[in-house]
Amino acid sequence: MAIGAIDCDIHPGVPDIKALLPYMSEFWQESFIARGIDGFDMMSYPLNAPITCRPDWRVPGQRPGAGLDAMRDHALDHFDIGIAICNPLTGGQVAVSETMGAAICAAVNDWIKEQWLDKEPRLRASIVVPAQAPLLAAEEIERCANDRRFVQVLLPVACEMMLGRSYYWPIWEAASKYRLPIGIHAGSMYRYAPTPTGWPSHYLHDYVAQAQTFEDQLLSLMSNGVFNKYPDLKFVLLESGVTWLPSFIWRAVKTWRGVRAEVPWVNRSPADIIRANIRLTVQPFDAPDQSAVERIVGQIDADHMLLFASDYPHWQFEGDSIMPSGLSPDLQQKMRIENPLETYPRLKEAAQ
Amino acid sequence: MNAPVTWSNPSESRLGIIDCDIHPNPKPGALDAYLSERWRKHLSQYGKFVCGPYQDRGTYPRFSPAVSRRDAWPPSGGPPGSDLDFMREQLLDRYNIAYGVLEPLLGGNNSRNLDEAAALCGAMNDWQAHDFVDVEPRLRASILIPSDDPDASVKEIERRAGDWRFAQIQLGSKTSEPLGRRRYWPIFAAAQANGLSIGLHVGGTQSSAPSAGGWPQFYIEDHHVLVHSMQNQAASMILEGVFDAFPKLKVVLIEGGFAWAPHLAWRLDAHWAKMRDEVPDLKRKPSEYMKTNLWFATQPVDEPEHPDDLRQIFEWIGWDRLIYSSDYPHWDFDDPQLAFRFQMTEDEKRMLFRDNALDVYTFR
Repeated sequence: MAIGAIDCDIHPGVPDIKALLPYMSEFWQESFIARGIDGFDMMSYPLNAPITCRPDWRVPGQRPGAGLDAMRDHALDHFDIGIAICNPLTGGQVAVSETMGAAICAAVNDWIKEQWLDKEPRLRASIVVPAQAPLLAAEEIERCANDRRFVQVLLPVACEMMLGRSYYWPIWEAASKYRLPIGIHAGSMYRYAPTPTGWPSHYLHDYVAQAQTFEDQLLSLMSNGVFNKYPDLKFVLLESGVTWLPSFIWRAVKTWRGVRAEVPWVNRSPADIIRANIRLTVQPFDAPDQSAVERIVGQIDADHMLLFASDYPHWQFEGDSIMPSGLSPDLQQKMRIENPLETYPRLKEAAQ
Repeated sequence: MNAPVTWSNPSESRLGIIDCDIHPNPKPGALDAYLSERWRKHLSQYGKFVCGPYQDRGTYPRFSPAVSRRDAWPPSGGPPGSDLDFMREQLLDRYNIAYGVLEPLLGGNNSRNLDEAAALCGAMNDWQAHDFVDVEPRLRASILIPSDDPDASVKEIERRAGDWRFAQIQLGSKTSEPLGRRRYWPIFAAAQANGLSIGLHVGGTQSSAPSAGGWPQFYIEDHHVLVHSMQNQAASMILEGVFDAFPKLKVVLIEGGFAWAPHLAWRLDAHWAKMRDEVPDLKRKPSEYMKTNLWFATQPVDEPEHPDDLRQIFEWIGWDRLIYSSDYPHWDFDDPQLAFRFQMTEDEKRMLFRDNALDVYTFR
């Protein structure tokens, strides 16, 4: 089988509510119109912030990533991508209202089918679900999962509670049933301060601090026994950065050795659990040079964990440097094809 | 249904009505003229950097467009509250408003970036003064301040204090910490020194949940529990000794309800009686500060099942503590002729619609 690279994190720009109304029930159509409410773009990605769109990928008059033709030109064709997994970032995932959040998420899922997947056979998508309402999220997985082009379930990294809590297990249950990995993407519901010391003054600080939230959630998932209950469930950390991982593993293992009796069900080293159940996309990588990349990859010591991604249109790299330098050709090849296929079982169907 | 009580029109009184809660809105781009190039560029890139999940809206989607009366959209275009002529027609002229205090709710004071907050507050202050008060001297502006930065706040207060166009200092009912904390005292010192009252309007930062139980799901809940932020600010300022340190400080609680005030006062007093040694520096009973330092704007007026119960609430709080407010152009606007459904004497009307406000605000 010969296919192009598999891009595990690409972002079609989600439109405003008005454009999603055709994918909503009569109640929600009337509700959004009569209440005059729109403006659900996530604070996590201000539309005009540098991170949200690489300058040369901005298209005048369009939201970042909103045009399929531009996505083809800038990413799919340009980087010889065979399959790309769309991760729509939508305010539906951060709404306070469970049912409104569910309505927006469902609309985004139907919209992406019609406006992207039907038009471009290289695209796959994550199911966006309302984590505010795990039972509704599970229903949305059930509703979408029979379309094999949905290959993952997507959540923001900072929700209303720690992700290991049993409150969320209906989501993990539904995802497991369909062998769908859980993609956790940078982004916050902002129910709490985005750092343990409060609300930073700068967006830059918020963005950088999210690597810590990924750490928090990994600890929560492990400590609460999610991987005991769902040993085959994979969590893919999307846009978390990579270089934080080794020192995280070291501390997690050391602490586990010291106090593991508190959580006796965690009967494997966190390093083993992470290597078995966690995957990461490699944009951004967050390393200064080739030697740091080499060293970090050596420390992670698990080539199967890393997944190729452009993070298009987010601004993570310049020019054609989509692959962090310092990765062996063998690892690059794994990241492009083999690792995504192992992580996302449904992609194998396309590759056959 | 309770029949509306007939009474002589308060707007016939010679001095007219004072309305302490009018919401002006900028036409798109109207603030740009008052922002430096540095901040115009910053805001166009990063937006207002406030707490909350969305870039362009609060956490809770409201129930009507721009939270406004559906008839308040100016025929000339622009959002409700942006057209002065239409505001005159719908409010100032129609109800014979002698003075109206502007309460812009644009989130500038809630920016997490304190320099941005200062720039936005300064711009919104200039905009109110130039675009509204200069053109319509019945209106008065609020001094918006970046309350998390006391130095910058004091600077902004002192910059505006001698300017007749500004009637009060505005704060939100949700601040980063309870308002009684000492970090806010320089603001209270500057207010007292300059003879300016604090208008504490419901709303503010979304840095914490609107309820102690967490984040409610619906606007119908969020809107209701706004009054709890107000109750806690009152309790905090009293118990932390703000009014002992600044006995002349005047605080108007705006749009935060008032029917809770008697029971909060009773409850504070009852438990203070047993635990007063925890707050040994408090000079008086908690309820007494409510009678000397707090005023209550009436909108949205509570509607007891029996209209006379509203009179009872007024009497418990004290007729001298209540100030009429309309909340124009918001959806729950209180019409001065219809909102109060019990019989008032002429004296009571004068207090509610005019004289109490004159105790708080200095209109020059």
